[in-house]
Amino acid sequence: MSEEIFLLPDVGEGLIEAEIVTWKVKVGDVVALNQPLVDVETAKAVVELPSPFVGTVLTLHGQEGETMEVNAPLVTFDVGGEPAPHANEKQVVHDVPDEQRREPVLIGYGVANEESLPSRRSRRRPARDGEPVIAAAPRRGAVRTTPPVRLLAKQWGIDLETLTGTGRDGLVTRDDLERAHRQSTPVTTSVARNVASTRTSDSSRFVGREIAPWSTGAREERFAVKGVLKAMADAMLQSTTQQPQAVVWVRTDVTKTMELLGSLKAHPHLAGVRISPLTFIALAVCDAARHYPGINSSFDATANEVIVRRYMNLGIAADTARGLIVPNIKDADQLDLRAMATALSSLVATAREGTTTPADMLGTTFTITNVGPFKVDAAMAILPPGTGAILCVGQIAKAPWVHHDELCVRDVLELSMTFDHRQIDGALASRVLAHIAGFLEDPATSLLAQ
Amino acid sequence: MIDEELVQLLTPEGERVDHPDYTSSLSGDRILSMYRDMVIVRRLCNESTSLQRQGQLALWAPSEGQEGAQIGAGRALAPMDFTFPSYREHGIAWCRGVPPEQVLRMFRAVSNGGWDPQKYRHSVPTIVLGNQVLNAVGYAMGVQRDGADEAVLTFFGDGASSQGDVLEAFVWASSFNAPVVFFCQNNQFGISTPSSTQSKVPLFRRARGFGFPGVRVDGNDLLACYEVTKAALENARAGGGPTMIEAYTYRMGAHTTSDDPTRYRVEAEVEVWKHRDPIERIKALLVREYQIKPTAFESVREEADAIALKLRDDVLAMGRPDPLSMFDDAYSEPHPLIDEGRREMAQLLASEGGGE
Repeated sequence: MSEEIFLLPDVGEGLIEAEIVTWKVKVGDVVALNQPLVDVETAKAVVELPSPFVGTVLTLHGQEGETMEVNAPLVTFDVGGEPAPHANEKQVVHDVPDEQRREPVLIGYGVANEESLPSRRSRRRPARDGEPVIAAAPRRGAVRTTPPVRLLAKQWGIDLETLTGTGRDGLVTRDDLERAHRQSTPVTTSVARNVASTRTSDSSRFVGREIAPWSTGAREERFAVKGVLKAMADAMLQSTTQQPQAVVWVRTDVTKTMELLGSLKAHPHLAGVRISPLTFIALAVCDAARHYPGINSSFDATANEVIVRRYMNLGIAADTARGLIVPNIKDADQLDLRAMATALSSLVATAREGTTTPADMLGTTFTITNVGPFKVDAAMAILPPGTGAILCVGQIAKAPWVHHDELCVRDVLELSMTFDHRQIDGALASRVLAHIAGFLEDPATSLLAQ
Repeated sequence: MIDEELVQLLTPEGERVDHPDYTSSLSGDRILSMYRDMVIVRRLCNESTSLQRQGQLALWAPSEGQEGAQIGAGRALAPMDFTFPSYREHGIAWCRGVPPEQVLRMFRAVSNGGWDPQKYRHSVPTIVLGNQVLNAVGYAMGVQRDGADEAVLTFFGDGASSQGDVLEAFVWASSFNAPVVFFCQNNQFGISTPSSTQSKVPLFRRARGFGFPGVRVDGNDLLACYEVTKAALENARAGGGPTMIEAYTYRMGAHTTSDDPTRYRVEAEVEVWKHRDPIERIKALLVREYQIKPTAFESVREEADAIALKLRDDVLAMGRPDPLSMFDDAYSEPHPLIDEGRREMAQLLASEGGGE
């Protein structure tokens, strides 16, 4: 038997590290030449690494989620027989000393950031004996880091200038940023890390915790009501005992919404923006509230007053690893399609990461809950306490539909809206729901009419 | 997306269509041999991508999806014609007889170029965008002054068509009626910038403004690319001056192994272009019209696999050249700046105890 080690290559001109996303092989697997081994994520892309060897996997040198340095061992193989002629010393390893390392140049991009580089002479001049090695001059402008770290810093609101990089040439690494983030927000971060590190299947998740399967778990199990679970329990009890609630339903033909969605997705000017049916539904809700402000109201029992709000803090019920939470988009009525789509995806991403803050969840005036992803048609939602109405969105499914007096197959959506019947009556609720449905039946006209 | 001015002789389904100006002159044997070229070039491209992902190449520029344009144009050349490629013309290099491993020498960073341009009548790749187009026009003007019966074919993309070099080359070619054919593969993206952003008119229409004809051809239609290129080269050899060909195609992969195309284009668009694959439509034609059997396609595939494995062995066997040798071929004669660079490099290597 002879061993061969596949070192993590630089797959993108000047990268220094990559994160292991998914292993596609396990120890003991016999792999063919160019068989996919692993997906790694670099600062530039997620790429699949094909096997350079034929043999049996002996060791996977890293866990999913782990960041590895370029040229670190990635996979050890037993290639059988004599050592293969393609040993690692033949890998193209550009191990240039730090002070001499150039900014990567991409074909077609030109030389990046030339003025931030030391002069040609100072880059090339070797240090002589006895002469102090002068560290590379501090680069002006941006802190040295990678694009994903920059993005994360922006999301966490951390100023990169305040961090000391521990990477090569003072590069700020993801670890540096995470350390700073832990220090600034200890509680949320630990939750976020737990969420990130535990991969849970839908079936073993129950109100934000992992529970044992039917066959192997205890016959009975009790756990304390706290955290997100307690918040949900209190809110639902408060809502159902203090707010008299009624529901209206409608089924609507959203074929045109789906068509518009399809063409917008392919539009280069909306590249990178995640548009979904929910984007249009959120726009429809804001449009309906502009027409019927009464729907965006709440009942203040203490003061014995009704409060009408002419701003839309649009709550979105999100199913997260921690449980159900309802962050909102502040002043959602001010957003156009592109901004709404961006706000929704950022809200969902933040919720999934477990980094939603209490402020994100305060002041909701109207809520949307989307049960469509769970493949059900409709639900009777319960109002979040203190709000006047909640729209429940079912799945969009092909269904027989009478269209222009003919029976056709159309994309059909069922909507239901629960409202506080103290201040909102059935007539207003019905008009609002019909308005939302009408918007989705003909979204282009509705958007133009705004 | 595709307009009526597009020259097409074979539909994406592999059915022949008539065109008033162009008729396919290729025999079944020629078509099968060009099918083989396309399959081999794609297989070599995939092997090269794997080699890059395994740390054996510093970079790779995939050509997948553009085989119809490249093999069509490459096979239309006469032996003494001269070609000036950019860095993605692996199909042209194949047609010119450049051994595949020599194409990879530059991408493995063991050579500044990779082959002898005169031997293969194929210049080394130009990385500086569009510069090869100027070189091609200069060469064509030389051909003209020699009175030689040769044409020059140069390649660039929709992105490079915005470069000053390309537009200046158009001016010179037009002014001197140079025997050059400009072959623009419009693969829809200049790295991540859509072609529609860079040019508000179809690219081939620019030619008319410079005073020579422009033709838009379905770049995924091997038969059309062959006929259009052949006619333009014959016209150039006969003293008819330059032609611009816009081969309307699509880059199925990344710009290079350093970028992620999913960040700048939608999957639905890629799916559409999969149905226009240049290899599949020729295969459909070969089956329908020439009754080519599955065993024939299978043997082409096996041959391509063998050539790819040989390429891998050849790449892994490449030695590491003396770093100082990179200065040797920058200029044909001594040059003070190059000498200075060589001296500094030698000092650096010495200070590192041999440099390796």
